[in-house]
Amino acid sequence: MSETRYTRDHEWVRLDNGTATVGITVHAQEALGDLVFVELPAPGREVAAAEACAVVESVKAASDVYAPLAGKVTENNATLAADPALANRDAEGEGWFFRLVPSDPASFASLMDRAAYDAYVAENA
Amino acid sequence: MTETPLTTPQPTPLQATPLDALHRGLGARMVPFAGYAMPVQYPAGIIAEHNQTRNSAALFDVSHMGQAKLIGAGAAAALERLVPGDIIGLKPFRQRYTLLTTDAGTIIDDLMVATLPDALFLVVNASRKAVDFAHIAAQLPGGVTLAPMQDRALLALQGPKAVEVMARLSPEAAALPFMGVADTRVGGHACLVSRSGYTGEDGFEISVAAGEAEALARALLAEPEVGPAGLGARDSLRLEAGLCLWGNDIDETTNAIEAGLVWTIGKRRRAAWDFSGGPALRDILAAGPARQRVGILPEGRAPARAGTEILVDGRKVGTVTSGGFSPTLGAPVAMGYVDSAHAEIGTTLALSVRGQALPARVAAMPFVPHRYIR
Repeated sequence: MSETRYTRDHEWVRLDNGTATVGITVHAQEALGDLVFVELPAPGREVAAAEACAVVESVKAASDVYAPLAGKVTENNATLAADPALANRDAEGEGWFFRLVPSDPASFASLMDRAAYDAYVAENA
Repeated sequence: MTETPLTTPQPTPLQATPLDALHRGLGARMVPFAGYAMPVQYPAGIIAEHNQTRNSAALFDVSHMGQAKLIGAGAAAALERLVPGDIIGLKPFRQRYTLLTTDAGTIIDDLMVATLPDALFLVVNASRKAVDFAHIAAQLPGGVTLAPMQDRALLALQGPKAVEVMARLSPEAAALPFMGVADTRVGGHACLVSRSGYTGEDGFEISVAAGEAEALARALLAEPEVGPAGLGARDSLRLEAGLCLWGNDIDETTNAIEAGLVWTIGKRRRAAWDFSGGPALRDILAAGPARQRVGILPEGRAPARAGTEILVDGRKVGTVTSGGFSPTLGAPVAMGYVDSAHAEIGTTLALSVRGQALPARVAAMPFVPHRYIR
């Protein structure tokens, strides 16, 4: 059974059997506009929580993507690297950025659930 | 209820163009730009709006730009003291791109000048209109006056099908040559129309009374070839076309020679050099500029934005002044200044992006060929 949580930086993270899949939210891709480039962390990289570890660029500007949890990157999405607009079309599905094994899985619970994230977005609109 | 403390500084309210309600009704994302609330994109998005302009026609609101008339028998001679362009020799109902230059030959602004029967018609950048108008007004002889045109809108209809659309609304405007100007009616509205633009495509810029702008814009948008486009697409289009953006690629620290704008110095002007910055530009041209504005094609997919350092053998040789993604090429493009030793087309460069040196090369501009009507 998987569960998805969200960050204040508009990343989503889905935990399945001890592996976290990370991407940007539908709201984030709407705000960024047409995406033209992503730079993804290499497998094996250790990232700290809130560390800038990926980059997403729209036609207009570059933005950092932060690790929602500390851990070791196991995989990145080569399909997204070849077609960054995938994150526009399916931000919270096929447009995932990278996967990591969290060093402290319990910290997942401190992230926002969907209702809290939706309220956060509405508050900051 | 929230009370605003008196001590909190209030941001200057943004000005609205005459098309503000139209933009919002179309679902535009509005952003602050040069003191105005402007549409950066509509729901279609920047790439779709860019492609709409390249493939068909798009309507841009550029009402934030400054419009003015320079009136008086000596207007052309007076303006020639401030710009390198041939203004006295500009034929009636013709337009020319020129520069307001400092005594050092650097660029206060770039602007369009057109000859009307009663005046010169000037169009300047939004962010510079206060500076430009004060600069011009301070140097006019008696009998010549600068009259900023308030309550005017400016629309740009751009793209290969712009002329088909214009033919339905204004046959006279549709018959203009490139850089020609007409004082005519478009869809029944009195307009000043020029065959020009900032996209590299054929097209028109249309000055109209503010009160008639929305009706005209709606009439143009009702044509099947036309879609709305925002400032985001305007920027990617002009970058592909290799056109300078004041504040990025040219400003009061860049001179007209290194900017590659020597072509704006009229033949007669280049004999006399009798304009602000003329002697300085004559000397720079004779000695050769120390650096030059060049086109840059990064090899990978990563865009190099304005401010990116340009390296050769690990040493800084220049800076990117505009950079982004070219929807037409499907690849990043940039322009910037490099030391003249590295300005030749094909020269290998590196771009310092997030600590990595990304390979790139100097490339000819425009990146996408101009398709002006000649």
